[in-house]
Amino acid sequence: MATGDLALGQEQGTSNAQQRVINDFSINVATVNGSGSQSANSVLLKSIFGMGVPVSGKNLFPSNIAGLPTWYTIRASKEGYVARKRDPEFLVALNPETAREDILALPAGAVAIYEEHLNLKQYREDVVCYPVPFDKITAAICPEAKLRKLVKNMVYVGVVAQLLSIDLAVVEKSVRKQFARKQKVFDLNFGAVKAGFNYAAEKLTKQDPFVIERMDQTAGKIIIDGNAAAGMGAVFAGVTVVAWYPITPSTSVVEATTDLLKKFRVTPEGKATFAVVQAEDELAAIGMVLGAGWAGARSMTATSGPGISLMAEFAGLGYFAELPGVIFDVQRTGPSTGMPTRTSQADLLSTAFLSHGDTKHVVLLPGSVKECFEFGYAAFDLAERLQTPVFVLSDLDLGMNNWMSEQFVYPETPLDRGKVLTAEDLNRLGSFARYRDVDGDAIGWRTLPGTRHPKAAYFTRGSGHNDAAGYTEKPDEYQGVMDRLARKFENARKLVPGPVVVKNGTSKIGLLAYGSTDFALRESLDQIKKDFDLDVDYLRIRAYPFTHEIHDFVAAHERVYVVEQNRDAQLASLLKLDLPAEQVVKLRSILHYNGLPIDARTITEEFATKEGL
Amino acid sequence: MATATANGASGPKLNHIGLPVLEYRGGKSTLCAGCGHNAISERIIDAMFEMGVEPERVMKMSGIGCSSKSPAYFMSRSHSFNSVHGRMPSVSTGAILANHQMTMLGVSGDGDTASIGIGQFVHLLRRNLPMIYIIEDNGVYGLTKGQFSATADIGSKLKTGVINDLPAIDTCALAIQLGATFVGRSFSGDKKQLLSMLKAAIAHKGTVMLDVISPCVTFNDHEGSTKSYKFMQENDEPINEIGFVASFDEIEVDYDSGQVYDVQMHDGSSLRLRKLLEDYDPTNKANAVRTLMEAHNNDEILTGVFYINTEQPTFIDLLNLVDEPLGTLPESLTRPPKSALESLMANLQ
Repeated sequence: MATGDLALGQEQGTSNAQQRVINDFSINVATVNGSGSQSANSVLLKSIFGMGVPVSGKNLFPSNIAGLPTWYTIRASKEGYVARKRDPEFLVALNPETAREDILALPAGAVAIYEEHLNLKQYREDVVCYPVPFDKITAAICPEAKLRKLVKNMVYVGVVAQLLSIDLAVVEKSVRKQFARKQKVFDLNFGAVKAGFNYAAEKLTKQDPFVIERMDQTAGKIIIDGNAAAGMGAVFAGVTVVAWYPITPSTSVVEATTDLLKKFRVTPEGKATFAVVQAEDELAAIGMVLGAGWAGARSMTATSGPGISLMAEFAGLGYFAELPGVIFDVQRTGPSTGMPTRTSQADLLSTAFLSHGDTKHVVLLPGSVKECFEFGYAAFDLAERLQTPVFVLSDLDLGMNNWMSEQFVYPETPLDRGKVLTAEDLNRLGSFARYRDVDGDAIGWRTLPGTRHPKAAYFTRGSGHNDAAGYTEKPDEYQGVMDRLARKFENARKLVPGPVVVKNGTSKIGLLAYGSTDFALRESLDQIKKDFDLDVDYLRIRAYPFTHEIHDFVAAHERVYVVEQNRDAQLASLLKLDLPAEQVVKLRSILHYNGLPIDARTITEEFATKEGL
Repeated sequence: MATATANGASGPKLNHIGLPVLEYRGGKSTLCAGCGHNAISERIIDAMFEMGVEPERVMKMSGIGCSSKSPAYFMSRSHSFNSVHGRMPSVSTGAILANHQMTMLGVSGDGDTASIGIGQFVHLLRRNLPMIYIIEDNGVYGLTKGQFSATADIGSKLKTGVINDLPAIDTCALAIQLGATFVGRSFSGDKKQLLSMLKAAIAHKGTVMLDVISPCVTFNDHEGSTKSYKFMQENDEPINEIGFVASFDEIEVDYDSGQVYDVQMHDGSSLRLRKLLEDYDPTNKANAVRTLMEAHNNDEILTGVFYINTEQPTFIDLLNLVDEPLGTLPESLTRPPKSALESLMANLQ
């Protein structure tokens, strides 16, 4: 990256071109929540994507409807790095409240675009400043005063596009897609883009090194957020009952699911093959999910930390009575209400053991939007196969931010509806015992309510039961069921998604992580190689219970760093419960828990400190 | 009485789907001898038998408590779900969404409904979920040995001498206000009234909320309790006498038409209410609530069918579901085709 001295010390001319920073910087747009900057941010992101440059977008927003500061960072990276970058170099300061703080946070040599009258130049001599009369430009093209606040955002897109050499035709395409089929809205918004673009062309002299140049790295790629991807996964799993209670940051999982259900799951007669219920609270939501799963439906809910806490009692019922259901947990910071709009990976332990008594759950850990989709449908197969609630743990960063991805692939295998006996089966068998392990896989056969056979019915209960589903307080019967449940959980190790071995060479040092930490960790691996000429191995965990490859990976290394986004080293703790004692001592932790998505530099620095590099 | 045909000279009486009452029985009750709940179980068996309901097509739901144990004591041929405390409504909602062709009968208690479960209870009512919701109401927590519940009347006394100084929640008034479409109160000891009410409940489409006073012989059947057998026998004031004629019965008119309110049920059956209170119209919500409130002022316990609405759409109607159960729809109807995913991917590029 160019230093401030270099960027500022140069006269305009050819020497500047040699120092250009191409497709490798972050743009930070500071606005006010509720000012309608989302569309503009999305257009800018998709324009860079349209230039063929790998890109990612992150919304750092307050828990508020309107009026508080919001930041949106867009990272262009020719290397394909999509994690948060700690110090964005290109500031668009549209929020007067935070403008001073925003410009002071910039590294030397950075760029600031701001409303002319804010006069931010006074705070930083080492930053390239582009004052722009946004209000004046906007007023000239938008006669309707009440629309100006929205339109102003598009003016910034034009200014940035000009300064970064983004093709105006690409921007036009993005604007058109954003406002599909609304010609008037398109005209107004693209008019604003052009006004900004032209102003910058005429009045601003390029003094900074940052440029977007065409690449071909985004052809065939998609941009989507993890929540929309998870909802899509559920729909392609054939979900039929969705019960939920709104909570940030999971709400858009159900919104996406509902939109797609309305699109694809209404019969020609206009009837729905699905039910979506906004429940009275999360207790009811999980109750509906389990009731529906019991009666044969593929059912799901989506929630976040506080909802997970409320679902605890039912989660135990689901485990003990062996009821299928899928629970998406889009993690945010806790404890308690925490910071509802900030990300974290701090629900792992509470979810894995959610509920009282000896309870443990299958937890899937998607590490990309593609896996949000894939685990989104795989979770339903697992829930019905294992007859148990299955949790999918995403987080706010993965769930609510836009990520570039390979296209999603249609599921290859048919739905696995698990072990269900029909009336014909019962005619053949004569009778059945609901919780008896007849196949040696610790999974019993179930019947669905409504099965027309006198022996089909059984009694489902959360109280002590024997393998024929009868009430029991007999020690051996109770323990027999508990032991079978433990065996079933052991068997789940073979059914859950195995880890991704990102790198496994000859290094003595291994790294372990899960979920959205992956993006920063991959970048950190390259930094460690570049800065210290050190190769380290890396395995990404994708489910609990842990598969044997994870044990093997730890065994094959001298030191294993577990990188995760919580204070208490929850993944490391869970591993410690699973690993043999001689392996446990190898584990150490790199932790990040300030609510911001983890970044590569933080990992690299912490690693270097711990390794004494 | 429902049509019952003799199965030869020595065989048991069969109902109109050819089953003897034995096929509606359950396991042996473990509740206290003389518990009102057992009498209610008996009436459920009779009503289901007489209405010729196929046992396999019934889902029995419950929460936690003495009452919630009772589904084990009737209809063993029906699937049953004994859930967690106060959460029967949500589990029931999910179950009926998965298979709305089923008849659903839930048994709860006054603690399970009016205290820990009141949140889910009111939302169940509001949705007019098609199910029969029975509160076996004894005003007391039995399994934890006799604490007051929220339906205990003000001034009533526990065996230990503790007096309840909080007002009772009238679950019937609540149900009427919040959207249940068939609301009644009966007494476990009143065989005739309870049986008629249950049979009409089976014919109804929508939330049926029946508050059945069911004295607890161990903890709440003594002088000073307002939910004891003695108190109920002395203070029960029926607002109507109930006659129910199932759609497969020969229709006979045995009431004086001037005093009869005839309600046509969803399946063609009719419910006949012989008015004991003047001007009592069970389709008038405001009147129903007023009648209940006035009874409280007069320290009376009214029984009968307080409110019926056969027009209100159920939650299933509102969701516009396909006729087949959602739970067993084939993959061809639930997983969108490959082309659907391809069009979504194209849009995201």
